[in-house]
Amino acid sequence: MNGARWIGLALLAAAPLAGMGDYPLHLLILCLLWAFVYTGWAIMGRLGMVSLGHGAFLGIGSYVVVMGWNHYHVSPWLGLPLALGLAALVGFVIGYPCFRFKIVGHYFALVTLALSEVVRLIIIALRDYTGGSLGVTPKTALVKATWSLGAMQFSSKLVWFYIILVVWLGGLWVWTRVDRSMARLALEAISQEEDAAASVGMNVTRLKLGVTLISALLTCLGGVLYAQYQLYVSPETVSGIGISLQMVFGAIAGGMFVRLGPTVGAVFTLLLAEGLRLTLGHDIHGLDTTLYGLMLVLFIIFMPKGILGAAIEAYEKRRRAPRVAPAA
Amino acid sequence: MQIFDVFLLEAVINGILLGGILALLALGLNLIFGVIDVVWICYAELIMLGMYSVYYLHNVYHWPLALALLACVLLVAALGALLHVLVIRPVLGAEPINQLLVTGGVLFFLQAVATLAFGVEFKNVGVSLPTLQVGGMYLSFARLIAFVVALGGMVAVYLFLKRTYIGTAIRAISQDRGIMPLMGVSANRIFVLTSALGGALAGLAACLLVLQYDIHPAIGLTFGPITFLVCVLGGLGNMVGGFIAAFIFAQFISVGGYFLALEWGYVLAFLFFIGMMFWRPQGLLGGK
Repeated sequence: MNGARWIGLALLAAAPLAGMGDYPLHLLILCLLWAFVYTGWAIMGRLGMVSLGHGAFLGIGSYVVVMGWNHYHVSPWLGLPLALGLAALVGFVIGYPCFRFKIVGHYFALVTLALSEVVRLIIIALRDYTGGSLGVTPKTALVKATWSLGAMQFSSKLVWFYIILVVWLGGLWVWTRVDRSMARLALEAISQEEDAAASVGMNVTRLKLGVTLISALLTCLGGVLYAQYQLYVSPETVSGIGISLQMVFGAIAGGMFVRLGPTVGAVFTLLLAEGLRLTLGHDIHGLDTTLYGLMLVLFIIFMPKGILGAAIEAYEKRRRAPRVAPAA
Repeated sequence: MQIFDVFLLEAVINGILLGGILALLALGLNLIFGVIDVVWICYAELIMLGMYSVYYLHNVYHWPLALALLACVLLVAALGALLHVLVIRPVLGAEPINQLLVTGGVLFFLQAVATLAFGVEFKNVGVSLPTLQVGGMYLSFARLIAFVVALGGMVAVYLFLKRTYIGTAIRAISQDRGIMPLMGVSANRIFVLTSALGGALAGLAACLLVLQYDIHPAIGLTFGPITFLVCVLGGLGNMVGGFIAAFIFAQFISVGGYFLALEWGYVLAFLFFIGMMFWRPQGLLGGK
């Protein structure tokens, strides 16, 4: 199993070298990038904290870095810690009272939804700076060179592929660390029965806040990379209710309780959206998103554990079945 | 200084008028949450479809406006019942958060369907109502009608819930879902009825909004988030709380938009909401 994992990773890493076209490579990069973001969301989502506000962190990541570069000539490398700091601060300001006052379930989802709308509206309201709904492009540093390390801009997709591959692996590593920690067990207990967990001495607020900050920081980093890779961001694509719901759907479609679930979800949703767009074309505007929305609804109704979650469950059921048969 | 006050007063009055609409929106959502315990994230999308139905019936098929508006209410009521039967009923036993998300999926779906069927162009029913001028203030007649009708609708719903047999059954179900079936009330029938009633309120809101706004597939996102926040601020399922919260929110948007830009009014309202959640997590009038 472990060997297969390394071989799979090696194949993935080598894939672009085997002469992949620009467009498939672009898709692969986006898949990995969104897989990273969805994984970041699922780290807290799987523990009963369903946030509809992660668009806020994505937006902070994208816009802080781009604004810093465009208006103050701050290198994205310096903008990155600034963005992460701001995301952590926002995560703390919203998270601490929520967890302190036991805002859970629907209420938590709707409070965080308000947060992502606040970020989107602030970006639009500061249109003199941010370009408003039209979005903004980081000033290019690639006039004379094909890459600029200081500006975090690379014209080669190959460079981006390896950067994002490493970041995605880092995301999976964080997931594993959280998964194996005592805090995860504690948080699972908390999501089942918060009062009981608190009564045996768990610091509910601190545990929840910790995992929220991890999740917020990962999502924010995803936002920074998204802006630098796409070289264009708009308030609708990085914050607000749409993208926040999309993150949740991606993670759920893949299965948010298993490590590679959000990745499978990202690959699935992205390829589905692109596939529908390519096969149905632009002639019939909206047909692809109609089918996409329909599939999301069907997924949640019929496969709440997600693709990978359901697949693993089916696999384990089949493996266990022969052992039961002789006894019966 | 005199002029300044008149404009501020105008903003306040417009805020009150806007509050009427928000209260109507919140009422439908609260009714559904109170009875079925599900938040329809796609509530505003039903309104969007209602607005399109008015446009198509009135402007394309040349129905009289009154008939088109009536048809809109009935149509959206049917949509509400359909939404419950097709989407909500299968997940009634699932995790609460799945119920929230499934309606989020419906939001995407309905938006896409509207894009597919009606295109992305802005549409307008082209009914222009006069602007009232009262003491130097300009008040939109459409908004005034909306306010009055919204209040009327709320009173009608209140009387329906208090005075009729079915209304009593609905209130009983919302108080105890487990016991009422034993008393001979079919929970299933009540759920479908409530969904239809919630849909009818969305349809009514659509009739009022279509007179003021252009129609496009994403218009639901303008009203959707603010409606949830009104409901949560008032205490989910608490209709009186939602009513009060609607007017508070509307003042933030209107007066905030008067002093700053319109988006800042919304930002202030949302920040106020987040702040209030920490002071009264169960809503303004929430009990537990």
